[in-house]
Amino acid sequence: MVYRVELGIRWDHQVIFDLIPHRASVLDLGCGNGELLKRLIEQKNVWGLGVEKNIVRVEGCIENGVPVYHADIDHGLHQFPDNFFDYVILEMTLQSVTKPLDLLDEMLRLGKSGIVSFPNFGYKGVIESFVKTQRMPRTKALPYYWYDTPNIHLFTAKDFLDLVEEKHIKIEKGMSWIKGEIKDFTEEESPEAEEILFVVSRK
Amino acid sequence: MMKVNRVRTSRTKKKYESPDSPTSVGWTRPYTVRLADENKPLLLDCGEELAPIDVEYEIYGQMNEKKDNVILLLHALSGDAHAAGWDETADEMGRTWRTDRPGWWDTMIGPGKALDTSKYCVICSNVLGGCYGTTGPASINPGTGKPYGLDFPIVTVGDWVRLQERLITHLGIERLYAVVGGSLGGQQALEWSLAYPDRVERAIILASSARLSAQGLAFNVVARNSILNDKNFNNGKYYDDEFPAQGLAIARMLGHITYLSETSMREKFGRRYRESGSRPGFHLGVDFEVESYLQYQGQSFVARFDANSYLYITRAMDYYDAADWGDGDLEKACSRAKAKFLLVSFSSDWLYTPEQMKELSFALYRNRKNVTYVDIPSTYGHDAFLLEVDKLTPIISKFLKGGITHGI
Repeated sequence: MVYRVELGIRWDHQVIFDLIPHRASVLDLGCGNGELLKRLIEQKNVWGLGVEKNIVRVEGCIENGVPVYHADIDHGLHQFPDNFFDYVILEMTLQSVTKPLDLLDEMLRLGKSGIVSFPNFGYKGVIESFVKTQRMPRTKALPYYWYDTPNIHLFTAKDFLDLVEEKHIKIEKGMSWIKGEIKDFTEEESPEAEEILFVVSRK
Repeated sequence: MMKVNRVRTSRTKKKYESPDSPTSVGWTRPYTVRLADENKPLLLDCGEELAPIDVEYEIYGQMNEKKDNVILLLHALSGDAHAAGWDETADEMGRTWRTDRPGWWDTMIGPGKALDTSKYCVICSNVLGGCYGTTGPASINPGTGKPYGLDFPIVTVGDWVRLQERLITHLGIERLYAVVGGSLGGQQALEWSLAYPDRVERAIILASSARLSAQGLAFNVVARNSILNDKNFNNGKYYDDEFPAQGLAIARMLGHITYLSETSMREKFGRRYRESGSRPGFHLGVDFEVESYLQYQGQSFVARFDANSYLYITRAMDYYDAADWGDGDLEKACSRAKAKFLLVSFSSDWLYTPEQMKELSFALYRNRKNVTYVDIPSTYGHDAFLLEVDKLTPIISKFLKGGITHGI
């Protein structure tokens, strides 16, 4: 199945927006300027909260009318009770935190479901760039140099599948971003996927 | 020849905005209104009824027709109703310290500023028990014809807010667009959101917390002891005699230590000597820059503050605990709130720490309230809420612009 993407909206924003039901409670970890939450709050009447460590982006959230907690998600959110949120979003963030496993655990403690999107390091464009240039790969999804990248824990689709198996995490849904289109995720097609999104929950 | 590094921090004239500036609220004057009398006394938390009560307040900007653009500003321990602009009554009222400086938050209030008086009407009143026009221990006790002194009843933040509610009602205001305050003012803003949840649309709470820490209580004990043990204190009956100036000055010096941070003290004064640069003067008088600063702060405070008011206001600060609304459970207390919250801490504030503000944030979040928490990086310590104008302005003005509709 191929999904439509509205112009000017990030594909994973679109998928997440469509996925989250009206009046759900949503925690967006690394929420940026709060654009996704703004849409969810305004159009789906969710109870939304963002967490963001960059104070300039926090100001963006305030401008967007999105409630935001200014903190580093690496420092934990243990003050929230278990299953406090219906959905916890980790959009293009997991690869940039210092303790991704702890964060994954925390996400599944805080939320009934977790939504994880990430740049796929196993994407053939990444591998080709690496092989051809003999330098750390730079692509549209991974535009940084080795010395300034926030992506300190890059991983592939298969790495993630190994991890969820080991940690007894259930994948409820998977989507791939392939040549400008959103497709259902398959392991076979994963080298074609520049970015991937999984909806996960505790088994 | 030894290089002498002299920095006259405490005496340098600060640059203030002139009343003619387009972003100043200009010349201001205080208003006074009687809000409690024998027929309608104010019932205090301590159980006593108090009357009469006069309240001094100031207003900046225009109230619109619906009176729904009003921001109630709450002042901190040593503040007053004169929050912005230049007091045109300073001389006639004998408030000479106001002649060379504008109100305490002048940098934040005015046309185009964070509390934009071209859009909002800002009201600030002096607290009950204070010494700036609102009834307090220096007021005449109608029972004796003399100043109350220590016969003034113990007042609380809750009492202050109930009195402010009378002012707001008197002015015909149903709902406040926002309540705003820093430090003890932030606790009044929080109290407003819990005591009158239906009348507060937004609450901005800066450098504050749901309750003062044990460390904060300890500082207040020492401050009060300093006043109570001044040889002129005379059990609070000093109004016709020598003023307990030393005690109040020391209390203020102690306060100032808690308002700065280790970093800001190092940057402001270091270990510099006042007169001799890098060499000690070999005497017990004021030798270090930091000594000079504290002495100046203490002495200038004595000229403008009543020692009894300092006792009463610090006591109100001690007693405040927002969790009282939830029988000691802060989370339960926060379930009352309906406002949209902006909570701001400052990284180097060790009097009202970021941790305490986070605790309040989470008590509200657990009730699924609309809360934004920001921790502003600053080296200024607790004083940051008065000084970090450039960092606070975009945050506050953007927050005030936002609507109040929200999910669940």
